[in-house]
Amino acid sequence: MPDLSSALNLAASEVTLAVGAMVLLLLGAFMGEKSTRLISILSVALLVGASALAINAPLGQAFNGAFVADPLAVYGKVAIYLLSAVAVVLGDGWMARTRIARFEYPVLIVLASVGMAMMVSSGDLISLYVGIELHSLALYVLAAFHRDDLRASEAGLKYFVLGALSSGLLLYGASLIYGFSGSMRFEDIALSARSVADGGSAGLIFGLVFLICGLAFKVSAAPFHMWTPDVYEGAPTPVVALFATAPKMAAMVLVARVLSEGFGAIHDQWAQVLVLICLASFVVGAIGGLAQRDLQRLLAYSSIANIGYALLGIVAGTEAGLQAMLMFMTLYVIDQIGFFAVLLSLSRGGKPIRRIADLAGLKKTRPLTTVVLTILSLSVLGMPPFSGFWGKYYVFGAAADAGYWMVAAAGLVASVVAAFYYLRIIKLMWFDPPLDELATTDAQPIEARTLALASAAFAFPVVIIGLTWLEPLTVIAASGFGAG
Amino acid sequence: MDITLSHYLAVGAMLFTIGVFGIFVNRKNVIIILMSIELILLAVNINFVAFSTHLNDVAGQIMAMFVLTVAAAEAAVGLAILVTFFRNRGDIAVDDASVMKG
Repeated sequence: MPDLSSALNLAASEVTLAVGAMVLLLLGAFMGEKSTRLISILSVALLVGASALAINAPLGQAFNGAFVADPLAVYGKVAIYLLSAVAVVLGDGWMARTRIARFEYPVLIVLASVGMAMMVSSGDLISLYVGIELHSLALYVLAAFHRDDLRASEAGLKYFVLGALSSGLLLYGASLIYGFSGSMRFEDIALSARSVADGGSAGLIFGLVFLICGLAFKVSAAPFHMWTPDVYEGAPTPVVALFATAPKMAAMVLVARVLSEGFGAIHDQWAQVLVLICLASFVVGAIGGLAQRDLQRLLAYSSIANIGYALLGIVAGTEAGLQAMLMFMTLYVIDQIGFFAVLLSLSRGGKPIRRIADLAGLKKTRPLTTVVLTILSLSVLGMPPFSGFWGKYYVFGAAADAGYWMVAAAGLVASVVAAFYYLRIIKLMWFDPPLDELATTDAQPIEARTLALASAAFAFPVVIIGLTWLEPLTVIAASGFGAG
Repeated sequence: MDITLSHYLAVGAMLFTIGVFGIFVNRKNVIIILMSIELILLAVNINFVAFSTHLNDVAGQIMAMFVLTVAAAEAAVGLAILVTFFRNRGDIAVDDASVMKG
């Protein structure tokens, strides 16, 4: 039985973030609104420090197996902390320009990242639930952060109602899994899953389906995607930049962990459910995006389709599949950061650019941004030398190797259909005349500009080198996670 | 008549179904949705406690405690968001939450 100090040592990064968030909250409460910039800087430092702690922390299990620190958890945590830090950086300037800057924004992001870190290193159903709720409660508030804006509060309300419903589904599934397997721990659940595979009770599978439905809400996979377009449209843009990256990463790692660690023995059963979710996501993501006029709504549909591709890696159920999923998600979130950085850097007359049509003729006023957005669009649609292609290459390859080549083929078709709306953006920017000749875009904020450039640079030339160091990392993170 | 595990599970399943229907069928008031969410969480708690006594394992009751705590926090956050929505909209009918088309 390990003592408390060694257990806390394993969870060093979470403890630091939780305590740090409380300190920042007190600091903000005492210093008032003028401390917003200071608290943003401190929380970025805190998040970067926490990712260093997560890399250096020892591996093992703590709290009777409720908390697992393994390479997969470390990989997920570093990604989550860095993505949260990027969201704080993007948000700070934007919030100040829109005059809704409050010191709670960075603090809530830090609290959400504690929850996401709990999710990726959960070893039983209790820590899974607590992690999910810890990050969801912070994200509900963030969605409604622009509290004088009707659309933001409507987005927050919808996200809250559907998020709470998904937690309910997930919990009901968890209660059935607990009852029919007799334990909360994934390791023990895996034992009774094995006996189900040999013809045991179906209660466990029933519970598992509920659990998958609840988790599908969190990753916004169709048919549980209803909240995504509304929340992406209504919530403040930097908050959406966070929603599109860190929580998706955390939830995907969690899905992979629960399914392969707890239910590896009944892979055939859950793979069917996931295949249906994948196919629905392809259809909704590709077809739904075609009719959109709002840029952020378009990105919502694009994220639904991309989550479908990422789930393909989990469907495969092999170590290579999990590794492919991690590669895909990492490359995808970097593209997303670029997209949102571009959105945050574009405004006309102090108003952010919201409609796709507003991008018309952007090449005349902002040639560099046009190139950046072109590279990112080509990358997300999966054009060969760009990073998005490599992500899809890995997941489709892994799914086909595991015998799911039909689903992979459907994914390919979906990405061809979805290519239409990315190509339309490119066409608008390069070849269409501007809507209004007089309207030029405002000066671009430095942080959004830099991040957009960096992520576009990653999407094309850097990714070739990036793959060579990303691949060994994901292989280590995925090792030991095959189903069966 | 003895009350067995399956009776508790049946009550849990019924409450859960009522809760889910309460969210989807109700077109009037967002407060009713909050009540339905609470109902779902309590149905889950009945399941957890019933399984916990059936299995002679305390983990289910610990989970029930966590669920109760989180439900309280969730209600607080939900009501706070509802208040901001009411301030902007002046109404909390479900049909009014439709500025953005879903």
